[in-house]
Amino acid sequence: MDKQYFHHALKISEPNCIGCTHCIKVCPTEAIRVKNGKAQLFENRCVDCGECFRVCPVNAIYVDHDDFNQIFNYQYRIALVPGVLIGQFPENISTQQIYSVLIEIGFTHVFEIEHTVDILLEAKEDFKKKNPVTKPLISTFCPAVVRLIQVKFPALVENLILLKSPLDIAALYYKKLLTQQGIPESEIGLFYITPCAAKIAAVKSPVGEDKSAITGVINLDFIYNKIYKSIKQTGKEYCAVPQKDELDSKGILWSLTNGEKNTSSGRALAIDEIHNVIDFLEKIESEEISDIDFLELRACDESCAGGVLTSGNRFLTVERMKKRALFSDESQNTDTCISKELQKYKDYLIDNMNVSKIMPRSMLKLDEDMSEPIKKMGKMREIMDYLPKTDCGMCGASTCQTLAEDIVMKRADITDCVFIQRIMEQKGSMSLNEAVAKMKRIWGDKFNTK
Amino acid sequence: MHFEYNVKSGDFSNAGSASSQIKKVLKQLNVDSVTIKRIVVALYEAEVNVVAHSFGGTIFADVTAEEIILVLKDTGPGIPDITKAMQEGFSTASPQVREMGFGAGMGLPNIKKNADKLEIRSEVGVGTEVKIMVKLS
Repeated sequence: MDKQYFHHALKISEPNCIGCTHCIKVCPTEAIRVKNGKAQLFENRCVDCGECFRVCPVNAIYVDHDDFNQIFNYQYRIALVPGVLIGQFPENISTQQIYSVLIEIGFTHVFEIEHTVDILLEAKEDFKKKNPVTKPLISTFCPAVVRLIQVKFPALVENLILLKSPLDIAALYYKKLLTQQGIPESEIGLFYITPCAAKIAAVKSPVGEDKSAITGVINLDFIYNKIYKSIKQTGKEYCAVPQKDELDSKGILWSLTNGEKNTSSGRALAIDEIHNVIDFLEKIESEEISDIDFLELRACDESCAGGVLTSGNRFLTVERMKKRALFSDESQNTDTCISKELQKYKDYLIDNMNVSKIMPRSMLKLDEDMSEPIKKMGKMREIMDYLPKTDCGMCGASTCQTLAEDIVMKRADITDCVFIQRIMEQKGSMSLNEAVAKMKRIWGDKFNTK
Repeated sequence: MHFEYNVKSGDFSNAGSASSQIKKVLKQLNVDSVTIKRIVVALYEAEVNVVAHSFGGTIFADVTAEEIILVLKDTGPGIPDITKAMQEGFSTASPQVREMGFGAGMGLPNIKKNADKLEIRSEVGVGTEVKIMVKLS
């Protein structure tokens, strides 16, 4: 086990967990097992994609976000908002209304993070020029993808674009903007409203940076409910904030599938949904596919519109955001106050855009040097001959292969398999009571006689 | 440790399945990622060669702590002139195969580039045996 601690935003609530197999079946990195009737997470494997959160039938998997009230510890409370927030609401609720409620509920400033994509794009072109040989360059926008590459595709960490995300650039910008107005840093609270768990993890233990500039992360679902309630209850349009600069279409579409791809020169591809991403990375790793200059990879279906903390239907979100982009293009507000203001800080932001080298942390290895894992693998193959390959999950692992691996890693026993138990019972080498005791250790109270 | 995979002639849809399985094994064995990449790229090229040119064949993989030996044995037309086949850009692939993105004549040279040792034995009208060796430590 890796000793290093990785922050995970996804947590399992033991009292709520009913010990079923939904989460273990969907986890793309085989990071969950059931023991004692409860799901358990292998922290060094989890990439915070949130697939388990989506399928849990009893909401036992929750996202550990920061308490909203902590924003009041700061005099200046900046809401860093992703474009998909606006996309959650029906079209009769305007962007301005949403902004104004954010101010009503306590923020002092609202800033849509995708305002910074133009600066990021400039830095990206520069990064491309400095790394002409690396192909494809892979976007680091989706933090679940970055972590997936670290644990499952260690050879491809070299392909990651080592630049900050629009969120981090936005935080950097706003902090600079306010400190230059003479506001002490200690009074500035930068809060990101997140559509996904991976972003929380990325802020709490950033990859390629020592510390994130963001003060706290708030669940988008929580904010959505707060905003909606306020709009429904008051039923009128506030004008607490003056008409804000609208994002340009590039910014609006950035977090959707193809958003980054469409701004990229050369041959670029966009892939969304984590299993699709894994399939594609397999091919990239074996160089079955080559000559691609840029890859936009997103863990969620429909990218951030499908984030696990979003409330709206992702297809409706995409529809609204595309309409907004179209409207923005028609009103041609590319040269807005915000973009002018940002330009003043461009050099500073570009100078601070780089993140340090991202290290692989392979989860697949069975042991450190070579001879041990060869022995273990030999054993695993032998075990596989005995296992039923039904992938039923009754042992608490998602597949027979995963159980075989757990057995050689001494995390499980071959008698955890119900098929093996039955065969042993038939042969007389295991009693029914012993078998039930086994199952109790995996499934907990479910095996108590009622 | 010994692995075997069958390779069907003309089955481009599954070309690469052996290399991706071998890749998973090597990752579990904690082989460094640069070496894994070399092995997988070499094997994939060789696998595609079997699919494209032969009547079918078998891949034998033997892994020890020191090295991996991959043997691709096929029955088929064989290679009349191995020296020529080793030249970059030399290709006998049909236009259909080229259209699928294969057959650019980089196969054998690319295998050679990635392998520590490459041996090719071929008999015209009988088949080809390609042996790829890569040191693991």
